[in-house]
Amino acid sequence: MDSHFLEVRNLKKYFKRTRGNVHAVDGVNFTIDKGKTLGVVGESGCGKSTLGRCVLRLIEPTDGEVLYEGRDICKLNKRELKDLRKEMQIIFQDPFSSLNPRKTVLDLIAEPIKFNKLIPNASKADIENRVLELMETVGIAERLINTYPHELDGGRRQRIGIARALSLNPKFIVCDEPVSALDVSIQAQILNLLKKLQKELGLTYIFITHDLSVVNYFSNDIMVMYLGHVVEMAPAAELFRNPMHPYTKALLSAILLPKVNGNPERIQLRGEVTSPIDPPDECRFAKRCNYLCKACSAGTPPLLEVEPNHLVACHCIKPGMNILQEQPHLISGR
Amino acid sequence: MRKSKSATLISKQYRRKGFLIEVWLRLRTNRGAVFGLAVLALFILIMVYTFIFMTPADVSKIDSKSRYLPPSSAHPFGTDDMGRDLFVRVLYGTRYSLAIAFGAVGIGAVIGTFFGSIAGYYGGWTDQIIMRITDVLHSLPGILLGMVIVTILGAGLQTLMIAIGFTVISGFVRMARASVLSVKTSEFVESARAIGMSEFRIVFSQVLPNSISPLIVTFTARMATSVLAAAGLSFLGFGVPVPLPEWGALISAGRNYLTTAPHLTLFPGIFIMLMAFSCALLGDGLRDALDPKLNK
Amino acid sequence: MSNESLTKSMTGGAAETGENVLEVKNLVVHYVLKKETVEAVNDVSFTLKSGRSLGLVGETGAGKTTTALAIMNLVPNPPGVIKSGTVNVCGHEMLKLKPIELAKIRGADISMIFQDPMTSLNPVMTVGNQIAESVKLHEDCSHSQAFDRAVEMLELVGIPGARASEYPHEFSGGMQQRVVIAIALACNPRVLIADEPTTALDVTIQAQVLGMMSELKTKMNTALLMITHDLGVVAKMCDEVAVMYAGRIVEKGTLEDVFNNTMHPYTEGLFNSLPKIDNRDTELKPIPGLMADPTKLPVGCSFAPRCSYATDACRARRPEDRYVSDTHMVVCTAYEDPAFHIEGWQ
Repeated sequence: MDSHFLEVRNLKKYFKRTRGNVHAVDGVNFTIDKGKTLGVVGESGCGKSTLGRCVLRLIEPTDGEVLYEGRDICKLNKRELKDLRKEMQIIFQDPFSSLNPRKTVLDLIAEPIKFNKLIPNASKADIENRVLELMETVGIAERLINTYPHELDGGRRQRIGIARALSLNPKFIVCDEPVSALDVSIQAQILNLLKKLQKELGLTYIFITHDLSVVNYFSNDIMVMYLGHVVEMAPAAELFRNPMHPYTKALLSAILLPKVNGNPERIQLRGEVTSPIDPPDECRFAKRCNYLCKACSAGTPPLLEVEPNHLVACHCIKPGMNILQEQPHLISGR
Repeated sequence: MRKSKSATLISKQYRRKGFLIEVWLRLRTNRGAVFGLAVLALFILIMVYTFIFMTPADVSKIDSKSRYLPPSSAHPFGTDDMGRDLFVRVLYGTRYSLAIAFGAVGIGAVIGTFFGSIAGYYGGWTDQIIMRITDVLHSLPGILLGMVIVTILGAGLQTLMIAIGFTVISGFVRMARASVLSVKTSEFVESARAIGMSEFRIVFSQVLPNSISPLIVTFTARMATSVLAAAGLSFLGFGVPVPLPEWGALISAGRNYLTTAPHLTLFPGIFIMLMAFSCALLGDGLRDALDPKLNK
Repeated sequence: MSNESLTKSMTGGAAETGENVLEVKNLVVHYVLKKETVEAVNDVSFTLKSGRSLGLVGETGAGKTTTALAIMNLVPNPPGVIKSGTVNVCGHEMLKLKPIELAKIRGADISMIFQDPMTSLNPVMTVGNQIAESVKLHEDCSHSQAFDRAVEMLELVGIPGARASEYPHEFSGGMQQRVVIAIALACNPRVLIADEPTTALDVTIQAQVLGMMSELKTKMNTALLMITHDLGVVAKMCDEVAVMYAGRIVEKGTLEDVFNNTMHPYTEGLFNSLPKIDNRDTELKPIPGLMADPTKLPVGCSFAPRCSYATDACRARRPEDRYVSDTHMVVCTAYEDPAFHIEGWQ
């Protein structure tokens, strides 16, 4: 087996509810190489945020393996995990709730450093110098060192969140919708910052988002999720050039381009989302799919490599055979 | 590394006023809170004064010639059935109410908040057990619970504090649990977990400081009701032993003379009311002042 | 004119396309706080003709929502103060009417949809009754007639009429927003203000809701004021665009004017900040700096501190409205120099 930077095998996370188990993440496999970005796309409730947290073991996965540089982090004990936490960090979506409102910028960025004793025998000045260095890296002015998060705007708060993550010198960062709460002009600043940091520090990212244009700009590979399953995975350019899964097609067609007459008729999805509580063993997209065929209810479709590096989970698409295109008479449609 | 700056810290250069000073500056703009604080400060001064200048003998000095005297310049609050000066007695009694207000509620707050935070943060069985016990505690009438405890432990100031403290625990458990529940799903708690903090430490360093506002309000509200409850218990004879001039006991002693010597109940009554009222006002003010978000 | 449209709206007659149903002139709204004044809307003017749609674009704090609230005369007071300006909806001077008269116009002549559907629906009332209630408020009819109308409206927005007796929490987010739209359109208003109606929704659901809205708009000949930060939504939904920055409209024109012949540096910056879906190697060029602080707006052009073209003239005085064609207006001092042009975006 090649040694990938991060390899996730058959990861599952079920949440117990009174009515049954919510299958938030259901058998997800992927690998990321060092210094690359994997974009995870999907709509709300598809399990993308849960996936990001399971990979960091911020929540305990129900089943599966997460191999980080060859070590399964699900098997680590508390102390080993605490050591590893320094290498794996997360940037949160909401810069309003992800910072403790009672701490100043200095406290917030210094907290991880002090807590993990990153600087041995650190004096106040040592820690402060490191904080200032980090503030400079992410572009927050020195004079803001004693302000509280609520006194700053969303973009600056997100920069603090990034500085906090960087303070531990991580190698791997899960970015959970880091720009979706920000205004367009600020969003671009943060995206550029994250890109710059990746280049300079050799970071590996999982970039979770619902915004396809952002993920396209940012990722090497893109993984599309629907109700806990991966439905399609391919290099970014390939996915946008040749989307195969009906859900990916609908997602791409739903992007509104800021262009006059740039938005022709789009693929409309119908129906209701299947409940994630103990879903039946069939294609989870079947109820909304525009191409319904007999095979759709025949078990969960496996994720197959249909073309080199292009994986799709659909009963109608197999290597060398795309029923959706070649034999449309087999599809009942709606 | 960054070029090392001179010995002075940059954060000092942009120093703002300290946290407490900022709280005070915000509190100062709230008239009610300032009034409450002033009254409480006055009570504390009175207590200090009585500790220094009064002995129990002054308080129980019987003068059978001047019984039931109405307020006058010699006896500002009048005298009681044994001719004791009510002014001296009421002033002396301040210590009991203050002890109840801070001590008893303090006991309840510490215990209640501790268990409440744990119940809220950990959930599951821990939560179930703590909350069911709290429910039982809560379903007993406070006065009754107090009476039982006093009966078991014997009358006295400490017992009264424990008894009152016990009755306020359930309020703090519930309040702490509720506010912890609302804070614990915040992303900054997850963020603390991501830097490797242990759960126990997260509760007390991240969650609790952010749940403090409702707790402070509960604290001061309970201070007010506890002063009343202590007065009630003393009134019923379960409080501070008889010769000592606890305010509730004073009212109890004066109740037979409501028509002939109303000052016997009026003055201790006013003091109890002032104490309860100022606690409540201060609490409201503190809640706003402690929140850095309301810095406008 | 005002009398005519008044009778028209009273009798519920269909509006003709081309008639001004919404006119906002020199609107100024401030929020007066203890220590400072937030200058939320500073001299905004625009008109909207029936059957047309105008996109009001801008970032957080640009004053979009305040403008919408002022049109409805719903600015919370205190702290909000409408300093000056007029708002004319179908001939009614919104800012001069008494609360009772306003209540008759809101919902009947002009309706508003808010961003979060869950907070604008009453959780303890069935959706059918909620729609019926708004019908009964404005039309003289029995409950059963109003309820029939509610069922009809639900089907119009693509929800089976049988679900009229369900409560809001039984619907998904997209469905809830449809219900909100049904309530807003129940009395056939001539103007609909939609404040970020799809921001809280998933992309595929957004596509459905927007598609439905533009269909209904054509069917009912409603004028639409679409408030959004998303230029894609504008491109899909609107005929005209007004770009707001720090409480002022900085560029206004038809969709073609603003998108294909962008003139204001801020509009250009917005386009440059968006990742291009068809060219993933284009580098993003964000607008430097932060949104202007609405409590301390600069003397000159509010955008000047972030503008790469800014000159001393820009910083010295407020730019004036400048029409470069019949439809296209740009508020930028730099255009006093006839040779000035922006770099443009791809």
